[in-house]
Amino acid sequence: MIGKSNKLDSSNGGWCPTARAANNADAAAGSADGIQEDFWELRLYVAGMTPRAEAALVNLKRACELHLQGHYSVAIVDLLVNPQLASADQIVALPTLVRRLPVPIKKIIGDLSNLERVLIGLELKGSQVQQ
Amino acid sequence: MKKAVTAILPTKAPHASVDLAKARTGISGLDQLTSGGLPRGRPTLVCGGAGCGKTVLGLEVLVRGATQYGEPGAIFTFEESGEELAANVASFGFDLPGLIAQKKLIVDHVLIDRSEIEEAGEYNLDGLFIRLAQAIDTIGAKRVLLDTIEVLFAGLANKDILRSELRRLFRWLKDKGVTAIVTAERGDKSLTRNGLEEYVSDCVILLDLRVADQISTRRLRVVKYRGARHGSDEYPFLIGDHGISVLPLSSLQLVHAAPTERISSGNRDFDQMLGGGYFSGSSVLVSGGPGTGKTCVAAGFASTCGPDRRALFFSFEESPAQLSRNMSSIGLNLASLEKRKLLRIISTRPSGFGLETHLFAIYQSIEEFKPSIVVLDPVTDFAVVGSKNEIRAMMTRLVDHLKTMGITALLTSAQSALALDGSNGDADAGVSCLIDTWIVLHSFEVAGERNRAISVRKSRGSAHSNQVREFVISDRGLALIDSYRDATGFVTGSAREEQQRHDAANGAGAASNGGRRPKRSERQTSSS
Repeated sequence: MIGKSNKLDSSNGGWCPTARAANNADAAAGSADGIQEDFWELRLYVAGMTPRAEAALVNLKRACELHLQGHYSVAIVDLLVNPQLASADQIVALPTLVRRLPVPIKKIIGDLSNLERVLIGLELKGSQVQQ
Repeated sequence: MKKAVTAILPTKAPHASVDLAKARTGISGLDQLTSGGLPRGRPTLVCGGAGCGKTVLGLEVLVRGATQYGEPGAIFTFEESGEELAANVASFGFDLPGLIAQKKLIVDHVLIDRSEIEEAGEYNLDGLFIRLAQAIDTIGAKRVLLDTIEVLFAGLANKDILRSELRRLFRWLKDKGVTAIVTAERGDKSLTRNGLEEYVSDCVILLDLRVADQISTRRLRVVKYRGARHGSDEYPFLIGDHGISVLPLSSLQLVHAAPTERISSGNRDFDQMLGGGYFSGSSVLVSGGPGTGKTCVAAGFASTCGPDRRALFFSFEESPAQLSRNMSSIGLNLASLEKRKLLRIISTRPSGFGLETHLFAIYQSIEEFKPSIVVLDPVTDFAVVGSKNEIRAMMTRLVDHLKTMGITALLTSAQSALALDGSNGDADAGVSCLIDTWIVLHSFEVAGERNRAISVRKSRGSAHSNQVREFVISDRGLALIDSYRDATGFVTGSAREEQQRHDAANGAGAASNGGRRPKRSERQTSSS
């Protein structure tokens, strides 16, 4: 559709917490093998850095560091900069967190203040219990 | 003191500002009953049950806006994908992909899948706003369709957020100045299931699909139209080959032109009875029992067509071929008139469709052929598909429409065989009050033979004969025969021939004989 990977890199808020995640992002997207099963590719859609967007980002960071350390990447997509991505990626509510990997795609809407719901949405709850 | 008063009074006449800007829908009938279209720059709510035509109505307003009024449109579909939508309306001749390619329309399918969405905290619908703004700005949309935004209620759990966001959305659409159409499912107690009428208050249109006697009828009602006069009745509408057509019961006023020009009925003697023929643009009813010659009178009139007055003949009993053959037996060559495209015969079975569909088909044929003469033979056959009141309503609309178009109409009406004197009130399908000229045909048995007679029961604004005249149908058509009387009264058939022979034998002197009254002595009456 639209050159998403380019948008991702150029989006001002692009944020990858670890070098490993950044390196693996493309590999994960390209491979169908189970090697990258434990890698989470996340995108946070916002419309400008509103207080609610800030809150969502803080809450997301906390959740990821707690449960996905080293296994994830987060890109921030500002729809004020790239409005066409709203329809391309089926965004209605803001902020929306999209789990692009692992499939299937999951969407979590809201400021992510409810950690429990975030973990359910990311399907992290079960795996944490097992670990 | 005086100054204070003038300061309070508005400087302009109050009604000057009330005149709302309207956006024409291009849907025939709807613009008429809303006196010009939907409120421009404001949202309109279209509600109704499943399958009653909300989406088609909305799409047609956008497509016609884009194609006829130069107003690009943005379509937000929450249920069907763009491809599904395009396929559904392709049958109406709406080329969505083409219009999208020409940047006259833009379609965004807003997909909300509850199974993949988790709600964690506060949110708003800015994503939807951004999509709307993006689409509107991309093509400069003047019209917006949201079909149906209620899907949001199924997809998102937090109703409080949803309600406040929808309120903000409609406010935003108004500020944006787009003519928006919002569709919604009808609710049990309220107009819409989720009370959307609370947010959209300028114009509310209700659609309805009803089934009575296995025949479904769609109806449309303008429930509310702030600041504008509108027809408040329920109007039948159809989803036909070219989209929606609303059929106003009759135009809101009686404003038909009244031409004084006369046109021939197809028979010179009968024209004389009518004081010179029918008024051009008037409506004529020919009623009579079976075998009285209604179709012959009707076909005689239709065959007066010419290059500048074409005739359209709707036959509900005979096929075009049958009609041509039968009428050729009385010297009318309908087939050749048809070949020269002066006459068109359309045959349909009344039981084939509902009344509205018939009416619409008739309207459409008139639109296409542009006749000056329309014949419907016979209108009483519609009794199989509608009640008396419904037929009456249909005939009112039809006669009204024909008068508005300036078309001379001839309707035939079958009378029950029992009503020999033409006084049967049921026979005219309740339309006699709409009719300008009412001709009654009689067929009666006397002295072992069956004879026919014709009389003018009424003819508005025109002197007409008060006589009942015998007529014969031969291979040369209809022939009126001078009225003969003997001591016992009106004589017909062999008795009349006998009288004629008797008079001839008595020579010219018999003219003053009381036995017969020549036709010139007939009294002319006038009603208006």
